[in-house]
Amino acid sequence: MQNALQIVWLIPFLPLIGFLVNGLGRKALSKSLIGIIGCGVVLASFIISIWAFYQVKGGNVYVANYFDFISVGSLKIPFAFKIDQLSAIFLLIITGVGFLIHVYSTSYMHEEKTEHFGRYFSYLNLFIFSMLLLVMGANFVIMFIGWEGVGLCSYLLIGYWFKNNVYNKAANKAFVMNRIGDLGFLIAIFWLVAKLGTVSYAEIFTVENVGKLSGTDITAITLFLFIGATGKSAQIPLYTWLPDAMAGPTPVSALIHAATMVTAGIYMIARSSALYSLADTTNNIIAVIGVATALLAATIALKQNDIKKVLAYSTVSQLGYMFLALGTGAYAAAVFHVMTHAFFKALLFLGSGSVIHAMGGEQDIRKMGGLSKKLRTTWFTFLIGCIAIAGIPPLSGFFSKDAILLSAFEHNKILYGIALFTAMLTAFYMFRLFFITFTGKFRGTPEQEHHLHESPSAMTLPLIILAILSIIGGFVGIPDVLMQGGDKISEFLSPVIYPIQHAGEPVSHSTELMLMGLSTVLVLIMIGVAWSMYRNYKEKEATGFAKVLENKWYVDELYDVIIVKPLNWLGSFLNSFFDKKIVDGIVNGIGRLVIYGGRQLRWLQSGQVGTYVLLMVISMLLFFVLQFFIRK
Amino acid sequence: MPINYYIFLSIALFCIGIIGVLTRRNAIIIFMCIELMLNAVNLMLVAFSKMHHLAKPADVVAGTDGQLFVFFIMVVAAAEVSVGLAIIVMMYRNIHSVDVNFLNRLKH
Repeated sequence: MQNALQIVWLIPFLPLIGFLVNGLGRKALSKSLIGIIGCGVVLASFIISIWAFYQVKGGNVYVANYFDFISVGSLKIPFAFKIDQLSAIFLLIITGVGFLIHVYSTSYMHEEKTEHFGRYFSYLNLFIFSMLLLVMGANFVIMFIGWEGVGLCSYLLIGYWFKNNVYNKAANKAFVMNRIGDLGFLIAIFWLVAKLGTVSYAEIFTVENVGKLSGTDITAITLFLFIGATGKSAQIPLYTWLPDAMAGPTPVSALIHAATMVTAGIYMIARSSALYSLADTTNNIIAVIGVATALLAATIALKQNDIKKVLAYSTVSQLGYMFLALGTGAYAAAVFHVMTHAFFKALLFLGSGSVIHAMGGEQDIRKMGGLSKKLRTTWFTFLIGCIAIAGIPPLSGFFSKDAILLSAFEHNKILYGIALFTAMLTAFYMFRLFFITFTGKFRGTPEQEHHLHESPSAMTLPLIILAILSIIGGFVGIPDVLMQGGDKISEFLSPVIYPIQHAGEPVSHSTELMLMGLSTVLVLIMIGVAWSMYRNYKEKEATGFAKVLENKWYVDELYDVIIVKPLNWLGSFLNSFFDKKIVDGIVNGIGRLVIYGGRQLRWLQSGQVGTYVLLMVISMLLFFVLQFFIRK
Repeated sequence: MPINYYIFLSIALFCIGIIGVLTRRNAIIIFMCIELMLNAVNLMLVAFSKMHHLAKPADVVAGTDGQLFVFFIMVVAAAEVSVGLAIIVMMYRNIHSVDVNFLNRLKH
């Protein structure tokens, strides 16, 4: 059984091959071949992942040591993969949803030049490869390699249309924001090495080793890891890159937001649950930041007019939910939400891509409207996505969101209240988006109206599959209260998750049912409100508070004033003073000294033989005299 | 005769040689001054050798090494003269003068 998992190295290796073939052969291969290679390698990885999933289902854990990656003194970091329940679920999400996005891309990106088409697919494959490395690594260093890899790939893909400078800036922003978080992750790794001398999960998360760490150590390590997670998973204060990441092609947004990248932070914290379950301070911080992010992003999403921006902020908001779950110790619920979110968010993004495709590149929902008549499949699947994210039973979003809300309720009533309010906002802004886009009258140009068409099957097929997954995906985590033993996912994850011991009593079944009913009713009311407000949408100028929301609470401007401007000022100060005056002064000073010295010594080289002889005699005499005195 | 006389004579000759080299500009005179310095040293060597021999009459070979050196110096000086004079001849052919101060082309 153990040996059967030896081929798991193929899972990340195949996308790497796809990256190399497509990247190097992008000028030689035809588009269809590039598409086949790009999708094929991910499909193969997906099949192996399914197989690996069934291998670990029985509770097996497989660790493969390939070679010593770093070996310094007593510190040995092996290049090792670990397949357990947690990584198996992520493998399925990454390769499965990733594959659908690849298939979708073959059609969506078809108008690109062959060369750029190949570049696009090689980046996608590299992205999948990095993400697989991240979740398969058996220690923090391998995870960090994947972590940096997805950062790089997000940069490459966000800036895919590199001729547009705004897109390049967005790519830079994503990269820099991630780098800030990565520093925290690195510090946490160094801290672990300093205290325990190892980075392997198997060695760190033992009772003995965790016991060696003091309370401060655990708090500091978990906090630094969390800083890393805020960068990658777009939490306050490092979330602003994610909405800007919309600059990339729409399938890339789907890939970043649903299957890869942003889930890395959740994975990392779920993976380190042995440490987090002991760090109460950190957990409280995570829960508060998570719920604050969820609320902030949801309020911003209320007033955005770019179809992708709304979805982007909803991702930030949903990630906030996941962090709330992590902070309240419901690791299984967080992973569950990652999974269901991957389904419906990929669906929504790909659906929005289909809309944008039909509208000929238009992303402003104010210019859409009434699209349901022309885009039947997109309309229907998008509706399913909206219902799923809003959390109406029995679609997937309901179960995962409910598990999180329940965990928040057990933990702290205020957190629960804010989370519930955010859930209402979520339903509202998603259905606002839905109604503005798909109902009412068409508000675009006549040309666009004429051009409207349903997308080809390579795009609608992934939508349909994802819609089905969004409907049934929740059934792996039905709470006990509705079906005894229905919570398969918590059961499945229990060997790798260390739940936080709750101080209080678990809530009674009647309360739990009441909470579910409450959230469902509130969500339905919000959908009704959205319907009454936006089914016949007419554009009007935002005023007052709405304008603040439309401008994203001016957070970007705030960051600009408090961070970017002072840094620029410091940079120009250092440039004009330190660099020009001090550094240049030293360098030029040395040069000037040498020139001066040379000019002074030049008279020695008179070319007169007599002078040379005279100097020789004088120096000889000098030496005699010197020797005379030294001997004395 | 005491050794002092020889030493003073030798120093006087040597100093005349040095001053000649330093002050004169004619290459041949400089050359002669160099010969003068060499011979001052020769005189010194011969004088000390004789003194050595007188101090140890029983030892037949005492002081002979100094005289041997003198012969070497004379041989080398002869060779040097031939080379030096050749250089001076070439110098005269090139610049029609034996004034060393004209030989400052390395400066440029």
